Amino acid sequence: MTSFSNLYKPYLLRIERITEEAPGVRTFRLAFTDQQEKERFHFKAGQFGEYSVFGEGECTFCIASSPTRSDYIECTFRQMGRVTSALMNLEEGDTIGFRGPYGNVFPLEAWQGKSLLFIAGGIALPPMRCVIWNALDWRDRFKNITILYGARTVSDLVYKHELQEWQTRPDVNVVTTVDPGGETPDWKGKVGFVPTVLEKMAPSADNTIAIVCGPPVMIKFTFPVLTQLGFEPDKIYTTLENRMKCGVGKCGRCNVGKLYVCKDGPVFTYAQLKEMPAEY
Amino acid sequence: MQKRSIRRAQINVLLEKLLSLHQVIYAPQKLGNQVDFAPLRDLQDLTLDHIQTVRSAKAALFPPVEELLRYQRAGVETELQDRDLTNLAEQVLFGTRPCDAAAIAPLSAVFTTDDQDAIFARRLERTTVISVSCERSDGDCFCTSVGVGPGDSRGSDLLLTRLQDDEYLAEILTAKGEALLQLAPELFGPEPAESKEAHLAKVQKRFDWEALHDKLAGAFDHPFWLRTALACLGCGACAYVCPVCSCFDIQDEGSQKKGRRLRSWDSCGLALFTLHASGHNPRSIQSQRWRQRMMHKFSYMPDQLQQLGCVGCGRCSRACPADMNLIEQVENFLFA
Amino acid sequence: MEALQKSAREALENHKAKVIIGYSEGSGGRMRPIFVQSPAEAEKLTWNDRCTQNLAVYIAKPEVQKLGKPALVAPLPVLRAVLQLASENQIKEGDLLVLALSDGRVTELSQFSEMEEFVAKTPTHLASKDQEAIERLEKMTPQERWQYWQSELTRCFKCYACRAACPMCYCSRCTVECNQPQWIPVPAHPLGNWEWHLMRAMHLAGRCVSCGACGDACPLDIPIHLLTMKVEADIHREFGSQAGMKVQSEHALSSFKVQDKENFII
Ligand SMILES: Cc1cc2nc3c(=O)[nH]c(=O)nc-3n(C[C@H](O)[C@H](O)[C@H](O)COP(=O)(O)OP(=O)(O)OC[C@H]3O[C@@H](n4cnc5c(N)ncnc54)[C@H](O)[C@@H]3O)c2cc1C
Ligand code: SF4
Ligand code: SF4
Ligand code: SF4
Ligand code: SF4
Ligand code: FES
Repeated sequence: MTSFSNLYKPYLLRIERITEEAPGVRTFRLAFTDQQEKERFHFKAGQFGEYSVFGEGECTFCIASSPTRSDYIECTFRQMGRVTSALMNLEEGDTIGFRGPYGNVFPLEAWQGKSLLFIAGGIALPPMRCVIWNALDWRDRFKNITILYGARTVSDLVYKHELQEWQTRPDVNVVTTVDPGGETPDWKGKVGFVPTVLEKMAPSADNTIAIVCGPPVMIKFTFPVLTQLGFEPDKIYTTLENRMKCGVGKCGRCNVGKLYVCKDGPVFTYAQLKEMPAEY
Repeated sequence: MQKRSIRRAQINVLLEKLLSLHQVIYAPQKLGNQVDFAPLRDLQDLTLDHIQTVRSAKAALFPPVEELLRYQRAGVETELQDRDLTNLAEQVLFGTRPCDAAAIAPLSAVFTTDDQDAIFARRLERTTVISVSCERSDGDCFCTSVGVGPGDSRGSDLLLTRLQDDEYLAEILTAKGEALLQLAPELFGPEPAESKEAHLAKVQKRFDWEALHDKLAGAFDHPFWLRTALACLGCGACAYVCPVCSCFDIQDEGSQKKGRRLRSWDSCGLALFTLHASGHNPRSIQSQRWRQRMMHKFSYMPDQLQQLGCVGCGRCSRACPADMNLIEQVENFLFA
Repeated sequence: MEALQKSAREALENHKAKVIIGYSEGSGGRMRPIFVQSPAEAEKLTWNDRCTQNLAVYIAKPEVQKLGKPALVAPLPVLRAVLQLASENQIKEGDLLVLALSDGRVTELSQFSEMEEFVAKTPTHLASKDQEAIERLEKMTPQERWQYWQSELTRCFKCYACRAACPMCYCSRCTVECNQPQWIPVPAHPLGNWEWHLMRAMHLAGRCVSCGACGDACPLDIPIHLLTMKVEADIHREFGSQAGMKVQSEHALSSFKVQDKENFII
């Protein structure tokens, strides 16, 4: 007889630390309650999981911490609906469910020796934070590392402490921006939409990988700028977020054309996206 | 494979025997004006002279509502109770048509490719399929256009074909079929002299699915979809009667303290299916959802799982409240 | 038939409507909706007693709206649905034309007032099979009735074809799709089915135009229309108002009158 294990049975993780990132946005640091499960668990930058509050349901977040820090995993989420609202009500010490890791990865190993340009907007920094820390923990494997991060207003910027930490590092170039009207009197960063700021920065495309995560409009206007700057479509990476339930290619809802975002993604290159129907 | 014969009355004896062994038998029965699969309680209720049941037999393998696990919380601790798959009943699908049996392969490809869905796999393992070939068909049937036929044995463990009056050819196709024979060898006679071909329904081939598959590959932005999906109301009828459709939702029921996680049928035809929490919907209008249905069955599934997502049973055409007839849709598309 | 095709052709030729939403012969003896955009296609329009779908359901569909101003082929229930939609501010005067059908004649109506007059002149009784079915249900004891609906509703697999076919179920987000709180359980188990259908019957109370399209749409033949029709008939009897008769009408369940009977409160 075949051995059967339940695909939909989550691990139990304990909330070790809650960080308030921005209004309605929190980061949970999560630890496995079962030591054996923890030891068996491995993931790579770019992957996601199904997080659950029992009685409310599951929802999808990327793993926002780096695989190089294996004592815990972190997720950053924005309060949107039923499950994220229930997550908001949890406290340190509570347990939640987690299934994963699911999906494909950012090919960090293949990027060795190249420069990395991270471009993120709003709440989309979490999927990128995982790669950023991963790259910073392997700093000597890459050339220049540049981070361009924008949000609607100053208070919408997430990971404020980390941004400061990255800003003080001599080996990272960090540029932050807020949309016009979103600045505060003491705002020291730039004012302008991400694509516009990028155009002015005009980073070199030479031996560089661009990783873009953000709301659909931002992505839509950023790709042409990158193309203008000389980035080849297969050197531009992004992640897609389609509605998910199973995370493992069964429930049938996250597909873009014949690809499932949960199995074949969530990481795609611009070259791939150009071949895929616009169903995201 | 071996061929034997069996009489109508002996088929009933075989079913009685299975019932007495506490096997659940899903079989076509008259329910009001319809014929549909339901657990068989009384052999009197069994019907075999229908063309096709309203619903497919997939509910026996992939129930409309199914528990995935239970949870219980005390303070900050949570306890999970996994599904006990050891006590799933042995079951028999009886009176499935060859198209229904052929639908098990694509259904199973979805649930067992790469990550195996244990609940499905376990159920399938415990299921025996006794199909009955089609003597008649109607204008909605198109099995022969999608590589199936009215006497096909694929997916069945035992295939019965009526030769005359109450005599049936019994094709024993698998180990499970062999087990049925061994259960009551006395019920089966020797191989009949006649072959089944002359007794099968004549189902005209209406289109070439390979041509359809190839044309769909470049047709995502074809104006066809907008035009032909005008009538589509956006319900789940076509998907829920279909033997291959397998999309589902996962929902918790109960309080945060105690309850169950359930999976239930869902359909790409419903607007909520792909709606993001932000309000953005990648498939915001019905024509996009109708396109997904066609694409998924005839383009994506063959490409990704090497299985067609349609076996030509015609149920969706019969069930659709707006008469979106699948054969016509396909034919119109091929000529569009 | 010819009168209908002629009216449709004229409406298109005279640019009174961009699309005629009507019935045509479908597959396997079924009727199907048809969207006629050119005068030549008008010959496909037909009308018979197999045309049970309520075409008013298409008014709200974005793809159909894109085609331009519609003319609806309208047997009485379609006309009543149009008036009820107007009374709920879902359509405005001039948004559409109807080709009203009665006794083999076709009357083109563009003003709501004309539609009201037309409806007022037409008998609104239920089809005899529905009337008989409702009477049968009324004669049952509460236990029998409970049993009856129990067995019917347990079969429901929540495909929502009934809702999709109902011209009055136009909500962009139905209550079954709201999850904060989760009013109605999503899965099609007996409790979830009961709650779904009772909720829908209540939402249609005083709004159901008694077309029967929901029941006809049900692939499992669940006579779900009897529930909404019965509630509608009760409201008509108790409050005197009938859905789909007037544009300016008070909705029985959302307006309060001092003289309202309260004998149902125990
Ligand atoms: C790969 C990926 C990575 C992501 N990463 C992040 C991240 O790092 N951080 C983050 O904040 N977000 C992330 N998201 C988005 C996140 O998954 C959603 O914001 C989250 O799922 C919202 O869940 P919710 O339960 O709060 O919302 P819900 O209340 O469940 O609403 C969400 C959706 O549920 C469905 N729904 C609503 N009501 C019902 C009902 N009655 N029946 C059935 N379905 C219903 C609808 O489709 C609705 O759009 C990611 C998404 C994906 C796909
Ligand atoms: S094709 Fe028919 S059954 Fe399918 S969603 Fe559209 S209206 Fe419903
Ligand atoms: S798509 Fe229609 S014809 Fe094909 S298998 Fe499904 S229900 Fe049958
Ligand atoms: S059942 Fe109620 S909420 Fe749902 S569509 Fe109908 S009227 Fe709207
Ligand atoms: S159409 Fe029938 S099966 Fe579908 S939801 Fe309505 S009552 Fe249930
Ligand atoms: S989330 Fe279920 S298929 Fe992708």
